[in-house]
Amino acid sequence: MTQKTILNDTHRALGAKMVDFGGWDMPIHYGSQLDEHHLVRSAAGMFDVSHMTVVDLTGARTREFLRHLVANSVDKLQKPGKALYTAMLNPQGGVIDDLIIYYMSEDWFRLVVNAATRDKDLAWIGEQAKAFDVQVKERPEFGMVAVQGPTAREAVIGLLRDADRTPVSKLGRFAAREAVTNDGITVFVARTGYTGEDGFEVIVPEAQTVAFWNALLAAGVKPAGLGARDTLRLEAGMNLYGQDMDDTVTPYEAALAWTVALDEGRDFIGRAVLEAQQAAGVPRQMIGLVMDEKGVLRHGQKVLTANGEGEILSGTFSPSIGKAIAFARVPAGEPGDVRVDIRGKEIPVRVVKFPFVREGKIQDGIA
Amino acid sequence: MSEIPGDLKFLKSHEWARVEGDGKVTVGISDHAQGLLGDLVYVELPNVGDTVQAGNACAVVESVKAASDVYSPVSGTVVEVNSALVDKPETINEDAYGDGWLFTVEIDDAEQLNELLSPDDYAELLEDEDH
Repeated sequence: MTQKTILNDTHRALGAKMVDFGGWDMPIHYGSQLDEHHLVRSAAGMFDVSHMTVVDLTGARTREFLRHLVANSVDKLQKPGKALYTAMLNPQGGVIDDLIIYYMSEDWFRLVVNAATRDKDLAWIGEQAKAFDVQVKERPEFGMVAVQGPTAREAVIGLLRDADRTPVSKLGRFAAREAVTNDGITVFVARTGYTGEDGFEVIVPEAQTVAFWNALLAAGVKPAGLGARDTLRLEAGMNLYGQDMDDTVTPYEAALAWTVALDEGRDFIGRAVLEAQQAAGVPRQMIGLVMDEKGVLRHGQKVLTANGEGEILSGTFSPSIGKAIAFARVPAGEPGDVRVDIRGKEIPVRVVKFPFVREGKIQDGIA
Repeated sequence: MSEIPGDLKFLKSHEWARVEGDGKVTVGISDHAQGLLGDLVYVELPNVGDTVQAGNACAVVESVKAASDVYSPVSGTVVEVNSALVDKPETINEDAYGDGWLFTVEIDDAEQLNELLSPDDYAELLEDEDH
């Protein structure tokens, strides 16, 4: 059964081309995926991300539970409103999902997890939470709108009541707070995103999500679809669950070492495998690729390196660079001259550091 | 949906063929096909002199989101390719039935053209797909 967000009719009225995305009927673009991409890099665009799953954890031992559940350390969250990107792992060290944790109060943490993994995430979290007496509650009564781009924050702040404008404009990266709009809607504004641009992700009560979206539209923010969201996040060097990592891949094999905290004495699920992998050497690595020749790198293409074969994970044409870019998982070690097999031809590619593009700028050594 | 020109013939897989009258047939993809693909960013054309077989893949068009094979509606020899598309693949999005043509084939057997769909049949096919 296909699920619809509260904005489904709004997307259709705006001329969106709809596609199935993990069981959700979502807009892929509203005319031109490329135009939407460039708009987010140069001004602002808004995305319906209401399909994402909001889960509230409550109980006195919630922080203790999260120390056990995820690979990053929730002890980095010391002020209410602060957020943390992390992965939850299975006992084999594989990534069950990546998620953002918001610290609301000592007995209340909010998680935002992927839509496509909702069922297994809720089952896993629920199972693990029992021992800590933590309540796990999905919050399907929220919509979510990501407003991204250099002018995005200004556009959102303009919709807020006077008293909330200054505090929201002072939110640091990866911080969030509640605010009230001019129309009296209470929203949860987080300075996070999935595009490599500044901006907010705003959680809105479902009943008011259409009004909030239309207010942004009236303020001149154009809608952008999942197509642009995918090219923006890949340029920004951000992983997509299911494509760049899954439950057979550890964070070290998915360029997510920065999200793992091996802090003293914290026994999180999967830790033993990660430590063993670190000691023995991680067998595979995720690298960034740029192709200078014409063509497009795609998921599943074979990658040839000095140490053996790998494959393209996320691959696309980068609208900002005008060349194909990709993530690839390849054997560990210096990859040497790397080639990609495209329809039987071996095309040379360059191994580069990512992000490829950040805040409107192509990074050094990419183009 | 844009008007389907009356002088074209179609494959179910959304390629069009225009008979140029001197044993030559120009081939492209339909406006419907470019709409499905979205913004095109890469085109791989056959070489002049290549032999193509009706129903076989002989070119590739790629949008940001997908790569799609282009099947030749007719058999013959490629006599011209639209090399302007290499630098401006978006021309196919803008003018699929005109400047967005892909290649021209000198056909082996004019009879083959009778097996292709008429504009009306193709329009009907698209309508059925919508349901």
